[in-house]
Amino acid sequence: MTTKLVRSRLAREIEQATPAAPQRRTFLKHSVALAGAVTGAGVLTRASAAALEVPASMTTPGRPFSSYGQPAATEAAVQRGILQPYGELAPGAGVSMTPLQDLEGVITPSGLHFERHHNGVPEIDPAMHELLIHGLVARPLRFSMAALARYPRASRICFIECAGNSFFNAFPEPQQMSAGMIHGLVSCSEWTGVPLKLLLEEAGIDPAGKWILAEGADAAGMSRSVPLEKALDDAILALFQNGERLRPEQGYPLRLVLPGWEGNMNVKWLRRIKVTAEPTQTKDETSKYTDLLPDGKARQFTYEMGVKSLITQPSLGTQLDGAGFYEISGLAWSGAGSISRVEVSTDGGANWVEAELQGPVMDKALTRFRLPWDWDGQATQLMSRAYDSEGNQQPLRADWKPQYHGSNIYHYNAIQTWQLSAAGEISNAFV
Amino acid sequence: MHSCKPKWQRLVSSGVAALSISGLALAAPPQFGQPVSGQELAAWDISIGPSGEGLPPGSGSAVDGEAVYQAKCQSCHGEEGVGKPADPLVGGVGSIGSEATLKTVGSFWPYATTLFDYTRRAMPYDQPQSLSANELYAVSAYILWLNGIIDREQKLDAATLPQVQMPNRDGFISAWPPG
Repeated sequence: MTTKLVRSRLAREIEQATPAAPQRRTFLKHSVALAGAVTGAGVLTRASAAALEVPASMTTPGRPFSSYGQPAATEAAVQRGILQPYGELAPGAGVSMTPLQDLEGVITPSGLHFERHHNGVPEIDPAMHELLIHGLVARPLRFSMAALARYPRASRICFIECAGNSFFNAFPEPQQMSAGMIHGLVSCSEWTGVPLKLLLEEAGIDPAGKWILAEGADAAGMSRSVPLEKALDDAILALFQNGERLRPEQGYPLRLVLPGWEGNMNVKWLRRIKVTAEPTQTKDETSKYTDLLPDGKARQFTYEMGVKSLITQPSLGTQLDGAGFYEISGLAWSGAGSISRVEVSTDGGANWVEAELQGPVMDKALTRFRLPWDWDGQATQLMSRAYDSEGNQQPLRADWKPQYHGSNIYHYNAIQTWQLSAAGEISNAFV
Repeated sequence: MHSCKPKWQRLVSSGVAALSISGLALAAPPQFGQPVSGQELAAWDISIGPSGEGLPPGSGSAVDGEAVYQAKCQSCHGEEGVGKPADPLVGGVGSIGSEATLKTVGSFWPYATTLFDYTRRAMPYDQPQSLSANELYAVSAYILWLNGIIDREQKLDAATLPQVQMPNRDGFISAWPPG
């Protein structure tokens, strides 16, 4: 996709700069024929070497070093999209969403990792921050950040997905928004820190302890109950994200990371863990983050995020430039395990082709898939369907909706359908 | 750990790999946590479970809570909890599952303890943890009374709040443990 767009942009520039240059269509055919053997730039050089001049960047010294690098100024449009449902009344309540359509690979840049805050981002001095572990333990303990830094560390790449991700697609009518605004409450990072198991064992768990309550030091005191099994399995008290200390909006200086489980439980600004016999029944595990069923009962403690995928390129906002070659690319993930297969349909679900998975395919991590595609220029629908190592298959929206009450927006993992018009425009469609 | 390395290397080079690995594993697990006294715990431990464990001394009724609500809650949650601009707290009892599903404290929340816990830790939005225990019991009672769950004069305290029967108490199905 990117290659194609670059080529066509270059082609347009060449047309404008050199009247004698070949027609765009001819040029593109030529470049596709050469694709694989040479880069787009190489093709360009062959096609119109006479048009090129030495760029100014080669004739003047560049700017010197920076102590912390920033994206190119011309990439300033790549930003999180922000939703504040209460507006000025509660500006720190809401979400910001990862611009999935603008990103590649599987790691989300830390500054573009989605946010969900209930009352803003607290400013925390790590020299003053402590973690308390108490409740049904032999020894209640407090840990300074300096003490936590001395423990052996674990590190893993995993996604975090808000349980409410893709809520716009649970609405009755398709919303015309970018992939990021619909599905961008998922991001993937390398998280590094202390295995929670080490600290719980140090405190000594009472046999009556079956759950923990994890609580944040934010102005909402965000808190969730977590089964002890998960806490002793793969839970990490993260100090680092993608190699550097956590960003403030990702929980600095300490975040609970529960691979594969709903984002809300990955408590940020972690200050307290209480071992309990029963779930605490906090606001965010009763009135919120419970899944209403058709009969009016609400399913509670549905932790694992379902198998899911979407095509990010091309997607809504991409203008396809006529028939020809495009790379279809997207993301797949599952809270139950690793992605085993992703299939893509370019004909509205009539036929499915297995896409290539970008390795290494990691457990509970975003997985990039790719499929080369020759568009015939006709209107059609693009879809992707993921399968995981535990035998789960991503459902159609028409099969997901009836499992829940019509108002439920949690745990939406249905197939995303992009409607492509003959004019090369993409819109969101429900199937 | 660092001082073990030369020994580990020596052992490996002499072919006693298994011994060397167990030698490394013998490092005692680190113990850097500091003990906490019960008094220190009390200030930090603000969570309240469904049995009412952790509820503070104090009490209040809807009669007392009306003024608290009007002063601290009404500007966001509307007159008598009807909502707007923030979430409604009152109404919708019996609506859950219907086309007109309205989730409120009265219609959806399974435990009254959650109301106290959440109000204490997170409300009012611009001044969380500012309400006294008496104000919290009183404003909780007011919201429950508006929902028709308790009487206006009923005093709520650490003993009575957990006993309040919420209309949707049986409306939840636990998915944990799975299977």
